[in-house]
Amino acid sequence: MKLYEHMAKDVLRAAGVPVPRGRVCTTPDEAAAAARELGPVAVKAQVLVGGRGKAGGIRLAQTAAEAAQCAEAILTMQIRGQPVRSVLCEERLVIERELYLALAVDPSARRPVLIASAQGGMEIEEVPDRAITRLHLEVPWGLVPFQARQLAQRLELGPSLAAAFADITARLHRVFVERDAELVECNPLAVVPGGLVAADARLNVDDDALWRQRELPRTSEATPLEERVRALGLAFVQLDGDIAVMANGAGITMATVDVLQRYGGRPMNFLDAGGGAAAGPTADALEILLSTHPRAVLVNIFGGITRCDEVARAILTVRERRGLDVPLVVRLVGTNEEEGTALLQQAGIPAFTSMREAAERVVALAGER
Amino acid sequence: MGILVDERTKVVVSGITGRQGRFHTQQMLEFGTRIVAGVSPGHGGEEVGGVPVYETVQAAVDKHGATSAVLFVPAPHVRDAALEAIAAGLSPVVVIAEHVPVHDAMDVVAFAAEHRAVVIGPNTYGLCTPAGRAKLGIPPGRIFSPGPVGVLARSGTLSYEIVAALTEAGLGQSTVVGLGGDRVVGTSFVETLKRFAKDEQTRVLVLVGEIGGSAEEEAAEFVKGLDKPVVAYLAGASAPTGKRMGHAGAIIERGRGTYASKRRALEDAGVHVADLPWEVAPLVREALGRLEETAREG
Repeated sequence: MKLYEHMAKDVLRAAGVPVPRGRVCTTPDEAAAAARELGPVAVKAQVLVGGRGKAGGIRLAQTAAEAAQCAEAILTMQIRGQPVRSVLCEERLVIERELYLALAVDPSARRPVLIASAQGGMEIEEVPDRAITRLHLEVPWGLVPFQARQLAQRLELGPSLAAAFADITARLHRVFVERDAELVECNPLAVVPGGLVAADARLNVDDDALWRQRELPRTSEATPLEERVRALGLAFVQLDGDIAVMANGAGITMATVDVLQRYGGRPMNFLDAGGGAAAGPTADALEILLSTHPRAVLVNIFGGITRCDEVARAILTVRERRGLDVPLVVRLVGTNEEEGTALLQQAGIPAFTSMREAAERVVALAGER
Repeated sequence: MGILVDERTKVVVSGITGRQGRFHTQQMLEFGTRIVAGVSPGHGGEEVGGVPVYETVQAAVDKHGATSAVLFVPAPHVRDAALEAIAAGLSPVVVIAEHVPVHDAMDVVAFAAEHRAVVIGPNTYGLCTPAGRAKLGIPPGRIFSPGPVGVLARSGTLSYEIVAALTEAGLGQSTVVGLGGDRVVGTSFVETLKRFAKDEQTRVLVLVGEIGGSAEEEAAEFVKGLDKPVVAYLAGASAPTGKRMGHAGAIIERGRGTYASKRRALEDAGVHVADLPWEVAPLVREALGRLEETAREG
């Protein structure tokens, strides 16, 4: 789960990291009020995607009237498909230098990594590798103060800034651990007269740890349809095609989507009905898929824990509840395959055993309509 | 023969009294796995399918000489249960649960490294050495058959699909290992390839990868110096950036971990990458054929 900049900054502020004074605004009037309180402000779109600066989502305002105008413009924008629902109006900073500082999970090292650069302010991907310093942290020791001093030295910060830098690094590390973060990032970490300020902040929290992060606010990037299917406890991603897909297991679902694409079909979604999915949620998910008017539906089941007869029953339930007005292709192999196939056949729904034939068939059916 | 587990592997099942634990203990026993004990705090003294249940892993080890553990405990308890199994000297420790917090996974990995234990998972179906009748985890037993193909995968059902096709084609497996679908897992492709490289039974390798992370690229680097042929299939060719395709690890972020990059790295290392899942078995057959030809000529 990604937090909005203002939420991330609330967490950092509470942890003692210096952040600019700011107000979250959802209307131009609120932005004007914020500017009257704070003076000249930066008006910043609050979105969960990157690249908002380039998209015109950050504007500078001298006066309250200008702040209102900026907010009005930004609040009607969409940035990479995301509508802007709020802006953060922040006091303007006098920035001398921009640094980069982050803690992240490094999957290949299987440890946290501290990342810093003297070239902050741009996307870290665009910074040349030789200008980036990475220090892995040892579990369970975590950040040891000498590592922050070492980094400060490599960034050539000088003694007074080095102390502030080490302090901020330690506080970020505490946030990283205590908030189950996958990433906590200050970019830029701004050098201002008198010290360092986290001018921008990102905090991505591990979805799998949200149960123990109750006090954090919640955000979601999911579409309304994704919300509905995920509420059933299933993994679902909307794509932009017209063949609905349901399979069991993330890998096989991905492969099913790939195969359809390769055969010239256009998959509409990724729906992983999970291992051992019960008939209830499977039927509910299938019903939601059908309600989005696909041209055809492919159900691809390789039953290990998942029982084929359960899947067949789910399909029959959906047929009873709302009818099957869309061509449905089922591939069914594995546990209780005979029982499941028989159930479908009695209902006049053919079941394939080959993934290849099922994929070819569903692409053909989608093309005919 | 095979890697990590074989007929000598004596297994303790942690979380044996839960629904999943009970069901899969039965399934593993039917396959032939030597399950010597179960663990479930508060249930010491009970039995599950004839398997004695203890309060602690250490008790199970002391009493039965268990060598390895399979964990069926839910995600919030994984850190504790895995550390307990590692501290008791067990290896491999197989973590089935999905949704384990990544900071917990890093703790488990670090503790395992310190104790020289192998952790498989989290978010895995486990592993199986068919010739040793050793299945530790949840895959359906009937898909396996003994033979020369080593399989390593990040995803579960996709490897069932591919392993079942291998078996159907008469291409048995030395060991099939599910490394897990999470970002941080206990064992990497490279570490597993190293084991397969030394295993005499294994002659051809099948790597089932997916988008996200850099495990496939690292594997490709290792394969360059490997003298066994490798066939691969990669899932996620059509996945959009920034969307998690079910697995925590299967996500293209900031343009990294793409299908194209993984495919290129593997092909540059001489790996045959199948376009479609059912092309894997024929490619494996070809690779074995070439090996036999070379052997005849040699």
